[in-house]
Amino acid sequence: MDIRSQISMVFHLDKCIGCHTCSIACKNIWTDRKGAEYMWWNNVETKPGTGYPTKWEDQDIYKGGWKPAKNGAIKLRGAGKRQLLNIFSNPNLPTIDDYYEPFTYKYLDLIESPEGEVQPTARPVSLITGKPIDIKMGPNWDDDLSGTPDFARQDSNLKALSPAQSQAMFQLEKMALYYLPRICNHCLNPACVASCPSGAIYKRGEDGIVLINQDVCRAWRMCVGACPYKKSYYNWNTGKSEKCILCYPRVEAGLAPACMHSCVGRIRYLGVVLYDAEKILQTASGEEQNLVDTHLDIIVDPNSPEIIRAAKSNGIADSTLRAAQNSPAYKFVKQWRLALPLHPEFRTLPMLFYVPPLLPVMASVAAKDNDPKSLNPIAKIWDDTRVYDTSMDKVFGTIDEARFPLKYLASLFSAGDEAQVKIRLKKLMAVRIYRRHLTVGDIQANQATQALDEVGLTAKDADAIYYLTSLAQFDDRFVIPASHREQALEMLEFTGDVKGCTGFGTKEHPGRGP
Amino acid sequence: MMTSLHSFLFIALPYLTMGVFLVGTFYRYKVQSFKVSSLSSQFLENEKLFWGSTAFHVGMMAVLCLHLIAFLFPRTLLAWNSYPIRLILLEVTGFVFALSFLAGLILLFVRRIYVPRIRVVTQWTDLLIEVLLLFQITLGCVIAVLYRWGSSWFASDLSPYLWSLVRLNPDLQTIIAMPEIVQAHVVGAFLILLVFPFTRLIHSLVAPLHYLWRPYQQVIWLWDRKRVRDTRKKWSEHLPKNT
Repeated sequence: MDIRSQISMVFHLDKCIGCHTCSIACKNIWTDRKGAEYMWWNNVETKPGTGYPTKWEDQDIYKGGWKPAKNGAIKLRGAGKRQLLNIFSNPNLPTIDDYYEPFTYKYLDLIESPEGEVQPTARPVSLITGKPIDIKMGPNWDDDLSGTPDFARQDSNLKALSPAQSQAMFQLEKMALYYLPRICNHCLNPACVASCPSGAIYKRGEDGIVLINQDVCRAWRMCVGACPYKKSYYNWNTGKSEKCILCYPRVEAGLAPACMHSCVGRIRYLGVVLYDAEKILQTASGEEQNLVDTHLDIIVDPNSPEIIRAAKSNGIADSTLRAAQNSPAYKFVKQWRLALPLHPEFRTLPMLFYVPPLLPVMASVAAKDNDPKSLNPIAKIWDDTRVYDTSMDKVFGTIDEARFPLKYLASLFSAGDEAQVKIRLKKLMAVRIYRRHLTVGDIQANQATQALDEVGLTAKDADAIYYLTSLAQFDDRFVIPASHREQALEMLEFTGDVKGCTGFGTKEHPGRGP
Repeated sequence: MMTSLHSFLFIALPYLTMGVFLVGTFYRYKVQSFKVSSLSSQFLENEKLFWGSTAFHVGMMAVLCLHLIAFLFPRTLLAWNSYPIRLILLEVTGFVFALSFLAGLILLFVRRIYVPRIRVVTQWTDLLIEVLLLFQITLGCVIAVLYRWGSSWFASDLSPYLWSLVRLNPDLQTIIAMPEIVQAHVVGAFLILLVFPFTRLIHSLVAPLHYLWRPYQQVIWLWDRKRVRDTRKKWSEHLPKNT
C-alpha cells in the first residue's frame, strides 16, 4: 500500500448556470498574454455540443489518452516512445483552427474615423496576424445553441445512441441541454506526463497537481495531442505548452483556485482524497465495464486506522489527513457515490468528478406527439398539453422514461454503463423527494422513506447531501490544507518574479527565444 | 599559396567558431533555458510543415551523418569506397538525401515568407539561418555534381585538415589546394556553427533521446520530509528536488 494525497474536485452539474465566470476569472489571471489568447484552461461547454476544441472527445481524430494493449497492459493511443519518429510533424496535433483564431475589434475606429456618410464600425482583427478576419469560431460558440446542426448534432457522444434516439433528442419539445465546465483533471495516470519527450511535465507528489516545467518544455507538442481532454495548450508565441495549474500558489496557501472561488452557482467543491498509488496501473488497465467501480476503489477511506497509519508512514501531514477526513470530494465521490469521472474510458484516471445533471432528465413531456395544437387568439400562445411533468406520482418514473437518453450521459460519465448514471440520478431524485416531503409536505413520509431505501440512503445521508448541495458555506465546499512551508522552505527554487512572467520558479523573462 | 585570408578563414574562424559555440550554448542552456525551444509552428500551419519539415529533417540528419562519418572514420570510409559499386551507392544515397534536405528547406522558406501566420512568428535569426543553410546546401549539391566522389576526397583530404584543427596544430596544405567552391562550403559550415547557439538550431542539442529510457510517469516530490525533519542538517541542504 502506497498512500498518497491528491487534490480532487467535484462539479455539481445541476447547479451550473453556464455563466462562464470561472472561465473569465481564470483568463484574467493566467492566460491574458500573447500566444495564450486562445487558451481557456477553464472552459464551459454546452452539452450536447462539439465542445472546445471542436470534437475533443473523438479520439479517432485526436488519438488522445490510453488504450488497452496486449496482455492486459495499456499504451498511449497516439503518443509514446514510438511517436518520436513523428517529432518533426506530429500527426495528432490539433491546430489553431480546431480551437479558434483569437480576435479583437478595432474599437479605435469608432472614435477616430473621419466624419462620413455611414457609421464607423469596429472590424474584427486576428490577434495572431493583426489582419481583419471573418470570425468563424469561438471558445463557446455553441453556447445554449444545443440543436443547431453545426454543434449539437456533431457531438461525439451521439455515436453511442441509435439514430432514432439521437433524432428524438433534437425534437424541439424534447430538447434539453446542460453545461459542462471543464478544467485539467489532474489525473492519476496522466497521458500528458507520459507523452512528454522532454520530461517537462510532472505530477507533484504532495498534492497531485500536474504541472509543466516551463524551463524544460521544448515544444515537441506531444502532450497537446496525448491529453484526451485537450487541456494542454501550445503557446505559439513562446513555444511552450501550458496548462491549468489548479492555481497552485493559491492552493498551497490554503485558498480556493480562482475558478472555484468565483463560481456563481457554487457548483464546485475541492478537497483532498487519499489513494493507493500501487493500484494505479491495475486500475487504468481494467476491463471497460468495471472502469467506474475500480476507479472509485482506488480512493481509500481516510477514517480507517490502517489507512491513516500507512499515510503517516508516507509522510502525509496531519493537517492533510484532517482535510481528507472532511473532504467534500470524498463525500460526493466515495461516501455517497454521487459523482462520476468524465470519460473514464480514456484511462487517465481523472481526479475531477461530476455529479450528473438531473434537470434535463427529470422533467418529461406529458403530451403525446399527435395532440392537436391550437393557437390561443388572445394570449397568442399555443394551447397544448405539452408541459413539463415534474410530478412525483410514480417514484423515479421520470428517470425511467427520461426525455434525455441516459445512454448519452453514460457515454460521457461512465464509459457507457447506464446503470452507474441511473443509480446516481435516482439518489439525487430521492433526496429531492425526501426534501419535498419535509418542506412542502405533499409527499407522504412512507413514500419518501421508500425512495431513500431504494437507493440505499438514510435520512441522515439525505440531510448531509442536501446541506452540502444547497446550503454549504465556503469552508464546507473548499477544504484545502495549506502546504507546509515551514518544512518545505521553498517549494520552488526562485520566488523572484518579473513583470509579464508566465509562471513561477523562473527568473527569466518568458519571451520567445531565437 | 597561403595568404592571410586563408589563415583567417581556416585557422582563426574555426577556433573562434568553436569558442563562441561552446560559450554560447552553455549560456543559452543555463541562463536562457526558457528560451530554448524548438519553436514549432505546426500549431499555426500544418500541411506545408508536414512535407517541408519531414523532408528537411530526414535529409539533414542523413547528410550530417555522412559528413560526420567522413570526418571521424576516414579510413573506414575509404575502405568501404574501395569497391566502385559501394562508392556509387553511397554517393547516390547521399545525393538523394541532400536533395530532400534542399527541397524541404525551400518549402519551409517559402512557407515562412508567404503564410501570414508564420510571418508573425518569424524572427531575423530564422531568416539568417535559413539563408545560410540554403547557401550551404546549394553549394554542397553543386560540389557533389562538379567534383564527384566527394566521400572519398573528403575522407582523404578534408578530414586531415579538420583533425589538424582538433590537434591544435592547423595544417592548411590540403584545404588551400581545394577548389574555391569547396573552400566556400567549409567556411559556410563554420559560419553556421558560429551562429548556431543564437538561432533556433539550438533545439537539436536538446533532442529528447532520454525519453526512450525513461519510465512514462513522473512524480516529483518537492521536498524530502525525512531529511527536512533531520535537525542535525543545515537548512540549506534541503533544496527542492526539481532544480
